[in-house]
Amino acid sequence: MTTTQNAANAAEELVFTRPASLADRATHYCPGCHHGIAHRLVAELLDEMDLAGRTVAASSIGCSVFLYNYIKVDTVESPHGRAPAVATGIKRARPECFCFTYQGDGDLASIGMAEIMHAANRGERLSVVFVNNTVYGMTGGQMAPTTLIGQKTTTCPGGRCHDREGSPIRMAEIISQLGGTAFCARASLDSVKNIRQAKKYMRQAFEAQTRGLGFGFVELLSGCPTNWRLSPVAANKRITEEMIPYFPLGVFKELAGDGTCGSTVAPDTAAGTAAGTAAGAAGEGK
Amino acid sequence: MSRISVTEERCKGCLLCTTVCPVEIIQVSERINQQGYKVAEVPAEAMDKCTGCASCATICPDMAIEVWRSKKSKKAA
Repeated sequence: MTTTQNAANAAEELVFTRPASLADRATHYCPGCHHGIAHRLVAELLDEMDLAGRTVAASSIGCSVFLYNYIKVDTVESPHGRAPAVATGIKRARPECFCFTYQGDGDLASIGMAEIMHAANRGERLSVVFVNNTVYGMTGGQMAPTTLIGQKTTTCPGGRCHDREGSPIRMAEIISQLGGTAFCARASLDSVKNIRQAKKYMRQAFEAQTRGLGFGFVELLSGCPTNWRLSPVAANKRITEEMIPYFPLGVFKELAGDGTCGSTVAPDTAAGTAAGTAAGAAGEGK
Repeated sequence: MSRISVTEERCKGCLLCTTVCPVEIIQVSERINQQGYKVAEVPAEAMDKCTGCASCATICPDMAIEVWRSKKSKKAA
């Protein structure tokens, strides 16, 4: 390094580097896969919110199965789709822990539909990071519940047909209707602006747990260039042009309150929510 | 002078960084890393234009980009 470069180094600061909770190793993901961005956002938030030391993650089956290799927290590898059930056990046994699940759409919206619905309805103090890329990525690009109409996959080679396979499931909207949900939002990882917004939503979902408000859920629209048969750049364009119009971004539910049981419930939803929050609070052993 | 450094053995050549750079200085190089990907680079003569906005690092899925921002550049701008 030359003298002038050394002089320049003194006047500059490192503004973007790897968060401490993210392991310094290459990921197994394909080029352009957004799992890497989602991992980084989780790790950044764990660092910024000072949660890394007391976090237990429940990871899923799918491409994100090796989450424990990349995020330096204790991780339980859950059976397919059952991460919210496993996380419920962790959180109820150790309420002082911060517990999040990291699931894909084949995991959460298909085989794990029952677990996510009931965990949300019970108002478990969990945070869920849901990565929606509209296909089963790891197993070779089969049709998922979130596959868009007309999208070709290996199990619907002619494109998904509404009459035959139904419409793509909008998970964020479903979860937002359930009583125990404290925060529910959908963000996208296709552009810098949307990634920054995604991080804000994820922070709110994490805070829903740390403040004891209830269930926090964030859906992240992401790309799967390999199974979409697109280049990474074209895959990002597809998210912008095809996915976001069907899966609108934004906050679907946000509870305000001080976190005590009952006071977080809006009057019009009191009947539906009271049972969920009560069960959640009882489960925490307060 | 703000600058970025690309960790070439981590770069997978997805080139998402090239699409978000506001001054469009990131490009694909002719170098191929150990994994067989053509890595992204900023030509040395173009690095002066870097604003240190960190957009490229934000969208990089593989944490291959580190961003250094000059403290003086803000005053100059």
